[in-house]
Order: sequence, then C-alpha cells, then structure tokens
Amino acid sequence: MVSVTSGLTVAEVRELVGAVVDPEIPVLTIADLGILRSVDRDADGRIVVTITPTYSGCPAMDVITADIRGTLAEHVAGDVEVRTVLAPAWTTDWMSEQGKRKLVEYGIAPPGSRPQAARGPVLLELSPRCPRCGSGRTRMVSRFGSTACKSIYSCQDCLEPFDHFKAI
Amino acid sequence: MTVPVSTLELAPSAQYALRLGDDALVFAQRLGEWSAKAPELEEDVALTNLALDLLGQARALLTYAGTLEGAGRDEDALAFLRDERDWVNVQLVEQPGGDFADTIARQLFFSAYQFELYGRLVDSVDETLAAVAAKAIKEVAYHRDHAAQWVIRLGDGTADSHARMQAGIERMWPYVAELFDSDELERDLVGQGIAVPSAELREPWQRFVDDVLAEATLSLPERLWTAPGGGRRGIHTESFGYLLAEMQHLHRSHPGARW
Repeated sequence: MVSVTSGLTVAEVRELVGAVVDPEIPVLTIADLGILRSVDRDADGRIVVTITPTYSGCPAMDVITADIRGTLAEHVAGDVEVRTVLAPAWTTDWMSEQGKRKLVEYGIAPPGSRPQAARGPVLLELSPRCPRCGSGRTRMVSRFGSTACKSIYSCQDCLEPFDHFKAI
Repeated sequence: MTVPVSTLELAPSAQYALRLGDDALVFAQRLGEWSAKAPELEEDVALTNLALDLLGQARALLTYAGTLEGAGRDEDALAFLRDERDWVNVQLVEQPGGDFADTIARQLFFSAYQFELYGRLVDSVDETLAAVAAKAIKEVAYHRDHAAQWVIRLGDGTADSHARMQAGIERMWPYVAELFDSDELERDLVGQGIAVPSAELREPWQRFVDDVLAEATLSLPERLWTAPGGGRRGIHTESFGYLLAEMQHLHRSHPGARW
C-alpha cells in the first residue's frame, strides 16, 4: 500500500475524519453532530481520534469507529487509535448550524435549545416546526423514536408524521 | 484463563461498579422482553429504547468493573459467564413484568431511584463513574418521565386500568426497600467519595413517587410484606435463573460466536 502519511497535517486528518457520516442519519457527518471531539498525534506520531456517543447505548459507535479506520487506512500509514470517551457528556448544543439545516432538508426537525438543567425533570420542549410544511402546529406522538436520539411528532396541518431530534 | 473468584471477593470498587452495571443489564434484559409484544407500536419502540440506554450504561460499567478487577474479564465475560450467585443486582430489576402495569410500576420505582442515584454519582471522585452518571442522568430523566406519564394515565383511567395499575404497584412494592439498603462496602466507598449513600436517596425518591401516585389516584400499600432482599450479596428470586438462562444461552453454547 502506498503511504502518504508525510503529506498530511493533523488538520487535514481531522477534515477527513470529520467527513465520516452517521450510519443512521447519513446526511450528518460526525463533525456536524459534534461527536468528533479531537484528532491528535501522540508522542509516537500515531493518529489518535477521540469520539463520544450521543446516548450510552448508541449502536452506531462501532460502525463509526470502523468507518474512521477505513477512511484513514487509505491515507495514513500505521496504526490509528480511535478512543471513545464519555466525559464531558454529549449535548445537542454541539450540533453545528449546518448540521441542523441538513436535518430539516432530510425531513427531521432539529433539536431546539435544551429545556432545562440536566438534573431537573423533563420539561416540555416547545413543539418543533414541521420539517415538511413549516407549520408550528405539531403534536408529539411518542418521546421515543426509531433511534435513541429521536422522538416522533405529527403535523396537524399537513398531517405528515416526522422525527424530531431530542434536545439533551 | 484463570478461574474467576466469586464476585463477593472482588475489591470494593469493582463490586460497586458491578452492582450498578448488573442493575442496568438485568433491567435492560427485562425491558427487551417487550420487543414486538408491547400494547402499541410506540410503546414497543419506547421500551426497547429504554433497554438500549440501560444496555449502554451496563456495558460501560461492566467494562470498568473488569478493568478494576484486573483479571482480564471483559464486559462479555462478566455478562455471560457468571452464575446466579455471582450477580449483585437488586431484586426489583429481575422481577418479571408480564402485565404491562407490573412493567410500568417496576419502571417508575427503578427509574426514580436511578435518577436520584446518578444525580449524585456525577459528583463522585471516581472519574469513570462520574462520567457514566453524567451521561446516563439525561437518559434516565426521560425514563422516569415516561413511567410517570403511564402511571398517571392508567391510574387515573378506567376502573380496570386503575385496578391493574394499583395491583402493579403492590406487586413491585416489596422490592423497593432493598434499593435504599446500605452495607459496609458502600459505606467505605461513600467515605472515600466514590459511592452514593443509598439511604439518602429515599426521601427525594419518595417525594417524587408520592406526587405521581397522588395524581394517578393510586395509593402506596400500607401494610405489605417487604422482600428479604440480598441481591447485593448474590441472593436472587426464583425467576432470575430463567432470565440468565435465556440471556446467556447463546454465548455459552457457542463460545466465541460473532455476528
């Protein structure tokens, strides 16, 4: 295999890794989601990528780890370490504005601001706008959706059901 | 591979991580039983979402317990290769939830407990436990809220749903006391700033549960037996062996099998 390690800076590696997409919401990259925490080179010159899960049980983490390795295998010689850290805990506040726009285009209502401090009860969030027709008249169907990070709503104007990315 | 010692001989910090991890894993297994069987599709998705959160917490905690033990056991070895007496979960999480009201009562009691527990474990001097708690508290807030809404909907619903929800509360109530039991191991770790004193969680837990039950027009049983407990010492109820048999069967029948 041809190695091109010498040509890549850490910033360039970060750009490559950041473009890896979430397997469950493929319009979002891991940089958009804010789950890519850092890309560094350790004392031995090895690339260390640090990611954090959205939810404790997020099953996408193994695929994302494999995709990061796969992406870097084409560009970086030698071993790459992918670390998963839990602290600080991920929050939807880390999602980029670009990521939120892409979610709307994909048909998922993006997270609003977090409704309360982490220790309080779950308070009602403001109803999200329908990503299809833009109506604010939407109704929660279930707090739990097709993946851990989403809840299900329906629009009372266009009558379409849609996913909402929960603010946490 | 060395023969594992009894869980009860592990270092206190490893046992403590295992207690929290066993609670989460056994409860995840129980909730997973609702997959494709819940009363409605949204609830099917909800209960399995809760199970997935708990499974994630369990994986982190069991992995950490294995690291503290230092004998090379990973999360799978701890989950699939321990027998009943080596599990240190509370008995509440292993109770069968065959009736939906039983499941919801169990959910209310346990998620309200986990909410108070993780809310204080975030301040542990143990960075790994604090990190797991900081992540999990956000998830458990949703679990507790989900349970509270169902208890209110069923309790303050029809005569039939009220009676069944009240029966569910009474079915699970004997296993509540164990949640707040402290023992010497826990007290030592509390002294070091690692563990949370379980007894102190009772009051805020009770306040929350009382409010929910009042709104649901349900009542706490006044004179009901208390289960003798002992889950933290490896003593379990009859149904637990069946749960382990189902959960561990594949791994034990086909060691090293991969998807």
